[in-house]
Amino acid sequence: MRYIDEYRDAAAVRSYVKAINRITRQPWAVMEVCGGQTHAIVKYGIDELLPKTITLWHGPGCPVCVTPVEMIDKAIEIAACPDVIFCSFGDMLRVPGTLRDLLAVKAGGHDIRMVYSPLDAIQIAADYPKKPVVFFAVGFETTAPANAMAIVQARRRKLSNFSMLVSHVRVPPAMEAILDAPNRRVQGFLAAGHVCTVMGYTEYEPIAHKYRVPIVVTGFEPLDILQGVYMCVRQLEAGQASVQNQYSRSVRREGNTRAQWLMQEVFETAPQQWRGMGTISQSGLKLRADYAEFDAERRFGKARPAAEESTECLSGAILQGSKKPAECPAFGTRCTPERPLGATMVSAEGACAAYYRYRRLPAELRVKEN
Amino acid sequence: MCLAVPGKILSVEGDDPLGRTGRVSFGGMIKVVNLAYVPEAKVGDYVIVHVGFAISTVDERAARQVFEYLQQMDGLADLG
Ligand code: SF4
Repeated sequence: MRYIDEYRDAAAVRSYVKAINRITRQPWAVMEVCGGQTHAIVKYGIDELLPKTITLWHGPGCPVCVTPVEMIDKAIEIAACPDVIFCSFGDMLRVPGTLRDLLAVKAGGHDIRMVYSPLDAIQIAADYPKKPVVFFAVGFETTAPANAMAIVQARRRKLSNFSMLVSHVRVPPAMEAILDAPNRRVQGFLAAGHVCTVMGYTEYEPIAHKYRVPIVVTGFEPLDILQGVYMCVRQLEAGQASVQNQYSRSVRREGNTRAQWLMQEVFETAPQQWRGMGTISQSGLKLRADYAEFDAERRFGKARPAAEESTECLSGAILQGSKKPAECPAFGTRCTPERPLGATMVSAEGACAAYYRYRRLPAELRVKEN
Repeated sequence: MCLAVPGKILSVEGDDPLGRTGRVSFGGMIKVVNLAYVPEAKVGDYVIVHVGFAISTVDERAARQVFEYLQQMDGLADLG
């Protein structure tokens, strides 16, 4: 497919790896922020192609993984109400809540529907005007404009039976939280290309400056990631710390201003709890007062704080780039994608699930498996 | 979750700025996509699509930069 296949070209991959080897003189720790990048890195073995002195830490950029348990519990509670049609992106259904997951509620006969787009939920609300239809709005800035549009359309179409359970996260405050950690290892970032497609990258400029870290806005194909690493290492080796844009075919400095406008019309920033990371100020989005009528927590009650997950799970440390999945004693034994103990095992973009899927065999055998 | 994929616009419908949609082909699989956030996009353009919304139009010239950068680097390496 155009704009996909050419970015997987093996000869160009080799050239980038060679170029990275050529410029790397010291050990460096770089974090890729986005779970989509983590998935690609582990799938294509990009980390294994790099010089041993470069470590890629996997960041908190999987919205499914960081959705707090209390919101999963709230979703389960709403979905189990009589008559409710609960709509969600598919990968949220298996995220463990305190006692069970949404899939178990669905198996119990409740109407839970996997949707591809929030607009599908709007259509369901229009088709079933007598039933409360609730959409579970999770995601980063990439997804927020889509969810904002769903709210605007619900108002225009007077869909008073529609509401949204909002658990949105924003990337820059989470990056700052990682950089503020006393034992931080991360020296440079590959920023998330699709988040920046929407938001642009001006927000990252003060972060690069304040913490003296290079930040390279990076795409998702193997060549994108390798070029992102190259640009980041080159800055690190030269002692520079600026924001660069590797993914310029999609990202403009100012971002998508229309999408930002609608997002700001509907949502405002708020403190947000991240699974495994705690509450980070300004790192979430909530509906503005003007749109509160569509707030599912107003109709069904507020989420109540939940106990944190099993102490065995290291997903918090993994999301913050201080542990790798294989360091968890439960990895691949008590914790698997079929029976996940923690959030990073649930979604294909979570680091634990990516390692489970692509890293259980030694490298020599893995080549044959693919 | 932030998965977004490039597809080619085959046709565009609707005048309502919030409701403009297009039929977009992803390697032959065709989906209706909301184009409200890419007012500049027209038939034949590639757009990056996330949860049913186009979030950018692919810049053809910028799309080559991964390869051009590589050539420049090779040029520098040859010199050095
Ligand atoms: S393997 Fe499972 S229990 Fe261990 S850190 Fe990952 S999600 Fe948590």
